[in-house]
Amino acid sequence: MRTDTLLEQLCKINAIAGFEASASNEIKEIFGRYCDKVWVDTFYNVIGYKKGSSKNGKKIMITAHYDQIGLIVTGYEKNGFLRVSNLGGVDTKALLAREVTVHGKKDVFGVIGAKPPHLLSGDEMKKNVKLTDLFIDTGLPDEELKETVAVGDPVSINSQFVRMVNGCAAGRNLDNRCGVAACVLALEKLKNIEHENDVYVIATVQEEAGLIGAISSSYNIEPDIAVVIDVCHGDMPEADKASTFTLGKGVPVGVGPAFNKNVTQQLLKLADQEGIPTQLCVEAGDPGTEAWAIQVSGMGIAVVEVCIPLRYMHTGAELVNLEDVDTAAALVSKFAAGRTVRLSKEDADDTDTD
Amino acid sequence: MIRTLIELTKIDGVSGDEEQVRKYIEERVEKYGLEHMTDTIGNLIVRAGENSGNLKVMLAAHMDEVGLIINHITDDGKLKFAAVGGFDTRILTGQHVRIGDSKIPGVIGYKSIHLQEKKERESAVKLKDLYIDIGAKDREDAEKYIKLGDFAAFSSEPVFFGKNRLKAKALDDRAGCAVLLELVKEKWPFELYACFTVQEEVGLRGATVAAKRVAPDIAVVIEGTTCADVPEVSGHEISTEIGKGPALTFIDRTAIADSILLRHFESTAKKESIPFQWKQTVSGGNDAGKIQVSGSGVRVIAVSVPCRYIHSPVSVLDIYDLENTKELVKKALLTLPLVFDGRQKND
Repeated sequence: MRTDTLLEQLCKINAIAGFEASASNEIKEIFGRYCDKVWVDTFYNVIGYKKGSSKNGKKIMITAHYDQIGLIVTGYEKNGFLRVSNLGGVDTKALLAREVTVHGKKDVFGVIGAKPPHLLSGDEMKKNVKLTDLFIDTGLPDEELKETVAVGDPVSINSQFVRMVNGCAAGRNLDNRCGVAACVLALEKLKNIEHENDVYVIATVQEEAGLIGAISSSYNIEPDIAVVIDVCHGDMPEADKASTFTLGKGVPVGVGPAFNKNVTQQLLKLADQEGIPTQLCVEAGDPGTEAWAIQVSGMGIAVVEVCIPLRYMHTGAELVNLEDVDTAAALVSKFAAGRTVRLSKEDADDTDTD
Repeated sequence: MIRTLIELTKIDGVSGDEEQVRKYIEERVEKYGLEHMTDTIGNLIVRAGENSGNLKVMLAAHMDEVGLIINHITDDGKLKFAAVGGFDTRILTGQHVRIGDSKIPGVIGYKSIHLQEKKERESAVKLKDLYIDIGAKDREDAEKYIKLGDFAAFSSEPVFFGKNRLKAKALDDRAGCAVLLELVKEKWPFELYACFTVQEEVGLRGATVAAKRVAPDIAVVIEGTTCADVPEVSGHEISTEIGKGPALTFIDRTAIADSILLRHFESTAKKESIPFQWKQTVSGGNDAGKIQVSGSGVRVIAVSVPCRYIHSPVSVLDIYDLENTKELVKKALLTLPLVFDGRQKND
């Protein structure tokens, strides 16, 4: 499947954190093409299962969250306006003069407005706009709006998906539909490989609201090893070099307390053998991804993390290099299919004599 | 008319780069069989009506829209830009744009919220700190697609929504262009020149020379104007209200409307039961400012379509306001000779 087509389809899906129900079927359908079994759990995590060929294989869980940041309706204003709060870490700098879809009884188009600039003081113009200063203009008569939209309804921020020069693409929801796309591409590769490990590929929910989907998934699956695929910050001119990664220059792999050192070393070695370039993504503590929750789930799970560099995170103009999605998928599929995955020295002895 | 407007808003025409808009309008007036010419600066002047009386009327709507111009390419391939025309630069972060004749897609970047320090999160981003990212690897790569002086326009598709609302970019002043394209089809009992002007947003440049060439007695400017009937704004500051009909301006920062014209338009609206409103703030300005002081002076009036979120990719108008703007101007013009015949030259 073409990466850009897949990613475009995935980015169009609306799955605001906590409101993934309606989107889960579409993800399930895509996963279903490549899996032995696919199901949706009570949280709307979508789980694709590919059985391994050996009972000595490991149980490997690959997660990528499919929820997106958005807004939630908190009230009405006269003449068809709505007030909103945020669902996840929305950047208000990227909200002025945007389009939204309010998911009420039916979808309602709206634009985000604020007090016009010519009525603001010089000081006000220098400040970033606050979410409480913004409103959504639905253009609907008040009665019709109240019938259609209720307080608590989610709002998605619209943006287009554009193909750019140099194999790049930009749009909304690339955090973390890039990860979901990598999962699908990895599944596609695994379909034609015999692998010993039992592989569970999970599109998780509510990452943006506190890693909720990852917590319930690890509890349900109890994997030996978890691979988290998520975006990391791409190189931006004004950003700190240590926190950002160059696009198209290799797969950032997480290192630091959140990640199992032994398994991470094997992942890096495998990448080296396969000629897949990597970069090291150093996280001193909480990496801000599902790895943090999965690591301490149950009796503890060995976690590794594979990243896709993305610029302008949490805006409608997130930008990635599509090649990075492909390389992440290649690395993850090789890793999941590999016989070399070991949890410890003893474990290594087991598999070597296998 | 609304279909024409939709098509017009899909075209990019940042001030100084109006060619594509002009081409579209030119094709339309060709079809109508009207005499037209394009002057040095790029104004398209269309002749309609008969040379029967001693009244010469100019209609003006500007083709240009606010946007950006590329003025530097950085070593890492990002495009620095300046704003063309006046707009709220706080809207820029994370917008999609189309650059140059090949419409290269780009996004306006600024470091992610996660990497912003508290102070950065609380303040608006300065224009000089923003840049356009087209995905280029470096300067050399970017130069394959972009040259300095290329214009960038907001990328925003027209959408009908709510009750009778249209969201699009460049409604100021493609709305006026759409009205003019309707009005030139009418039979006029006087000489009428429809001027589709350039560079209004950078200082009413096009109208300045168009008015000299046409040398009209009377000019009607058709504009998109500010509309602030939104939460957080009250009283006279709302300027105009959407859905309440065309707005008549008695004064703005560039012109004081001719009082005879103003009363004529007001009484026409009342007589014909066309809804209208007064623009209640002395803000903004338009081509009327330059036309008024052209030659030995021109009687001017501006009739405006209220546009919320004007000068942004998501400006909004009410389609009946557009329709009523056309109706009011048409009706008022048809009875114009009764008011002015034999008077305008020496009054």
